[in-house]
Amino acid sequence: MSFDVHRIRQDFPILSQPQHGKPLVFLDSGASAQKPRAVIDAMTRCMETAYANVHRGAYRLSEVATDAYEASRGAVARFINAPDAREVVFTRNSTEAINLVAHSWGRGVMRPDQAVLISELEHHANIVPWQMLRDDRGNPLRVCRVTDSGELDMEDLAAKLADGKVGLVALAHMSNVLGTVTPVERVVALAHAHGAKVLLDGSQAVVHRRVDVAAIGCDFYCFTGHKLYGPTGIGVLWGKLEHLDRMPPFLGGGDMIESVSFEKSTWAKPPARFEAGTPAIIEAVGLHAAIDYVNAIGMPAIEAHERALVDHAMRKLSDVPGLTLLGRAQDRGGVFAFALDNAHPHDLSTLLDRAGICIRAGRHCAEPLHTRFGLEQGTARASFGLYTTPEEVDYLAGALVKAREFFA
Amino acid sequence: MSGNDFFGDLRDLYQEVILDHGRKPRNFRRLEDADSTSRGDNPMCGDRMELFLKMTPDGHIADAAFQGRGCAVSMASASLMTETVKGKTPQEAQALGTAFRDLAMTGQCPTCAASLEDAMERLSPLSGVHEFPSRVKCATLAWHTLNAALAGAKEASSE
Ligand SMILES: Cc1ncc(COP(=O)(O)O)c(C=O)c1O
Repeated sequence: MSFDVHRIRQDFPILSQPQHGKPLVFLDSGASAQKPRAVIDAMTRCMETAYANVHRGAYRLSEVATDAYEASRGAVARFINAPDAREVVFTRNSTEAINLVAHSWGRGVMRPDQAVLISELEHHANIVPWQMLRDDRGNPLRVCRVTDSGELDMEDLAAKLADGKVGLVALAHMSNVLGTVTPVERVVALAHAHGAKVLLDGSQAVVHRRVDVAAIGCDFYCFTGHKLYGPTGIGVLWGKLEHLDRMPPFLGGGDMIESVSFEKSTWAKPPARFEAGTPAIIEAVGLHAAIDYVNAIGMPAIEAHERALVDHAMRKLSDVPGLTLLGRAQDRGGVFAFALDNAHPHDLSTLLDRAGICIRAGRHCAEPLHTRFGLEQGTARASFGLYTTPEEVDYLAGALVKAREFFA
Repeated sequence: MSGNDFFGDLRDLYQEVILDHGRKPRNFRRLEDADSTSRGDNPMCGDRMELFLKMTPDGHIADAAFQGRGCAVSMASASLMTETVKGKTPQEAQALGTAFRDLAMTGQCPTCAASLEDAMERLSPLSGVHEFPSRVKCATLAWHTLNAALAGAKEASSE
């Protein structure tokens, strides 16, 4: 199928809703993406025709719902090329997936003297759980530097792994601020050579690149459904079965046990062990529809569209007077954080909103990264989805020039 | 299309006074001999300010100054606040703060006492912020910080 962005836009009902009387130019997909009709319909259909609790009822409707829920797990496994669907754990979002690893691997399997290595470009979701682990169990937290161009400092990474005391490397596959795509295969090779496991936060990457966890060779990978054109309330943790098998549960409750008595309960096998309570059934169905939608367009086509868009945006934004782009990584996706010399990000965002443009302003849950680049006041961020057009980028660039005049 | 039309009714929020005070905030300095100082934080957007107050022997605000960073609305609000509270007693300044928060949230000030009229007149360019719920905190941060300073607290948050 050829990639026709204008046809694709028609799949997203919200894109035809004007804002302040202007066409909606939605450039905040990095925070959360809009939903195609296919996702909306799949969730409605589930509730109208195939809904009951899963894994519990010996009646047909419950079996149908269980099949749909498990089919979503299978679709996720194929989407990231996981060898086994049992390695796919449904969570609420990336944040919960990372907390799950910090709890069940960090407290359950790692020794307290093993360090966790993160980087300066992490989202708070991949910082705070490790600080909590450190404060709770003592596991030292190491932070890999980021270069001025916004890339992982691989020398620093090697240096911080060298003593063999790092138990886990936890890194973003793609930065939600700089757009930088991290060289994950090299990171994994380096980490494994020094005895460390690797967790990749794929919240952004999975939207923009084809992800193959088997080829990457990492130990854990997570992402969140709502950025991948799916619903909120569903995320994914993938982990190698041999790791998941060794890990104690995260939350306790129904559906995650083999047997319960008041003396002792025994844990179910993964993934059920990590899915306590009634899961996000409807959302899992929605995520399945989102993956089918993305697959039907084709990840290579989406990537090609985005590469062209990124090149275009680099040129257009560089032409805006007074604009500083944060990060100039070689390998990057459609996320652009920037500062205008005479407009604070919040003023800018309020202004652009009146022109129909949604961008994000602030520090994008990456405060240490902004501190690293001396931009404590935050940045404005435009992030693209598969429905973003070059015309929208042009409109943004024009609006930025006008905004600068407005504040002059 | 001029910037004015392009951005709709935004001149209501960004009136010339606001832009001017945002660009060149008045009383933007430290008071080394301050009687009380307080820090204000807006954790959501990263706005941050430090407020300094100098009192007269009979308990009036002799001088008010601030330093910090933030958007045009928060800088302008802090700037206008330092101008309007000079010469006031703590009680008067607090009453003004309450009236201002009403103004910022509703665009009106039903509780305004006649004695505050002059000061409120000077603050009125900020009334447009009530149309922008996500920006009201930008306008009120300075006043939260003032309350903290008057109460002897070291920190205030707009949350
Ligand atoms: C890189 C990265 N990691 C983690 C998250 C957290 O995602 P969620 O809020 O869905 O848990 C986000 C999104 O906000 C992100 O961009």
